[in-house]
Amino acid sequence: MTEKLYNDAIIAEAKANHAHGRLEAPDRSVTCDNPLCGDRITIDLKLAGERIAALAQKTRGCLLTQAAASVIGQRAVGAEPAEIERAATELRRLLAGEAVAPVWPELAMFAPVKAVKSRHECVLLPFEALREALEGKLAPGG
Amino acid sequence: MSTAGLRAQFPIFAAQQGTPFHYLDNAATGQICRAAAEALWHFETRARANVKRGVYRLADEATTAFQKARQEVAAYIGASDPDEVIFTSGCTLAINTAAHALALRLRPGDEILISELEHHSNIVPWQMAAARTGARVRAIPVTPEGRLACDRLDDLVTGRTRIIAVTHASNVTGAVTDVGALRDAADAVGALLLLDGAQRAAHGPLDVQTLGCDLYAFSAHKMFGPTGAGALWVRKDLLLDLPPFLGGGEMIRRVEIERSTYAPPPHRFEAGTPPIGPVIGMGAAAAWLATLDWAALGRQEIELTARTLEGLQSLDGVRIVGPVGTQARIGVVSFAVEGIHPHDVCQMLDEFGLALRGGHHCAQPLMDAFDLPATVRASLAPYNDAADVDALIEGLDTVIRRLR
Repeated sequence: MTEKLYNDAIIAEAKANHAHGRLEAPDRSVTCDNPLCGDRITIDLKLAGERIAALAQKTRGCLLTQAAASVIGQRAVGAEPAEIERAATELRRLLAGEAVAPVWPELAMFAPVKAVKSRHECVLLPFEALREALEGKLAPGG
Repeated sequence: MSTAGLRAQFPIFAAQQGTPFHYLDNAATGQICRAAAEALWHFETRARANVKRGVYRLADEATTAFQKARQEVAAYIGASDPDEVIFTSGCTLAINTAAHALALRLRPGDEILISELEHHSNIVPWQMAAARTGARVRAIPVTPEGRLACDRLDDLVTGRTRIIAVTHASNVTGAVTDVGALRDAADAVGALLLLDGAQRAAHGPLDVQTLGCDLYAFSAHKMFGPTGAGALWVRKDLLLDLPPFLGGGEMIRRVEIERSTYAPPPHRFEAGTPPIGPVIGMGAAAAWLATLDWAALGRQEIELTARTLEGLQSLDGVRIVGPVGTQARIGVVSFAVEGIHPHDVCQMLDEFGLALRGGHHCAQPLMDAFDLPATVRASLAPYNDAADVDALIEGLDTVIRRLR
C-alpha cells in the first residue's frame, strides 16, 4: 500500500515544489494549519479581477501536502475560482474512491491515498488554504 | 518472565501472528494485557450491572468488583487509602477534574506553573482555569536535552505560585522529571504539585506517598488496561477539601430542587455511571503489572533504549530529540530525519509492520521550543525486544534511502 501511496509521481511532484516561496505585496495571503500534525501552508495570491495572476506557496508538510501544494503552484495561475473549485471537488471525489479524470491531470496521482483515510487531510490542506485565500482573506496589513 | 512469555499475556500478538508486527507506539496506547481483557469481558458478559446502588446479587458483585479495582489501582501507585483514587474516563478528565476543583482556590494574579514539556492535556485545562479566575499560566522551559530546566525554578516559582503541574515523564523526549526539586520549590511557597503520570504509570509500580506530589493523574490504556478509564490520586487531606467538578447521580448525598449536598470522596468526583468495565480492567492490569519483576524489566528497558539510541545515531541525518543517554528516562525516543517528514517516515515504516507515531504528539509548545513541526517517536513496552528495535533501524535506513 505504501509503495503505491508514495508513487514516483507524488515524490517527484513534492520535490518539484512549484511556485515555492512568497509573493511581495500579495492581494491575498492565507496560512492554514493541519491541527492533527501541525503541518502548515501559506498561500499568497495576486489577482486580476477574479483570475489568479500570480501565486506562491510556502509549505511545511509531508510529501502529500507538499505535492498537492506543488500541483496548485503549477496549475492555479490563470484559473478563476470556478476552476479551482472544480479541481478541489474532483480531488475529494478521487479520495472518496470515485473514478475521475480531473481537470488538473496531476491530481490523479493522489488516487492511492483513498485507502488511507488518515492522510486525506494532508492532500486537501493546500486546497483549503487556496479556497480561503480566494474567499477574501486579506494579506497581513491589507 | 521471558519476552515470549510476556507476549503470551497480550492477545494482540497471537492475533497478529504471520505478519510482521513491531508495535512501538506504546506512548500513545499500550496493548491490553490478558488479565485486563478477561476482566473486561467477564464483567460485560457475565457480571454486568450498574454499581453503587443496586442491592440484587449481580449489582452487588459489580460494586464489589469496582471497589476491588480501586484497591488494586491504589496498591499499584502506593496510595495509603483506596478512597484517595478517583476513577475517571482517562488522564485528560483526571487533570481537568483537578484543574476545575483547584481553580476555586485561585485569585487574580495567582500563578499556575506548567512546563514546555507538557502534553496538551496538562496545558489547556490550566489555561481554562486561569481564564476563569484571572490567574496566569507560566512555563518552565526545557533544556536542549528535552528535560525540565529545574535551575530556573528560583525565578519561576514566586509568592503567587499556587499550583505546579508538570509531567512525570515526557511523552516526547522520555525524560523523567526531578520531582524532588519541584517538591522543594512548591514547599517554599506553599504550592500544590500535580504530576501527569500518563507515561510513567506503564513503567512499573509507584509510591505516590514518597514521590512528593499532591495529585497524580494517569490512564488505564497506557498501562495495558482498556481504553476509557483513568484515575486521579489526591492526597487525603486535600481531597476532603475539594469541591466536585461534574454534577449528577452517584456524587450526591441529598438533592433538593434548589441545592444539593455531596457525597464524600471519591464518589463526590465520580458523577454518573462510571466506565465500570474499563475500571475493572484497569484494576486487573494494575494487579497483574504488580506481579512482574520490574528490576529485570527496568534493565531490559535500558538495554533496548540504548540499542534504539545507538541505532538511530548510526543513521545519516537522524537527530535525537531528547536525552541521548539512558539515565532518568523511560523508553520513549523521539527523532527527526533531516529532509523527510515524520508522517512520510511512519507511513513507509508501516510497510515493514512497524507501528510508530509521527506528529507533534499533542505537545506543540515543545515542538516550538525545538523549532520542529513534528517528530517520529518510538516508545517501548515490556513486550518489545531487540528484534523490534533492529527492524526499526533497518526500516528507517530503507526509508531514508528511498525518500532522500
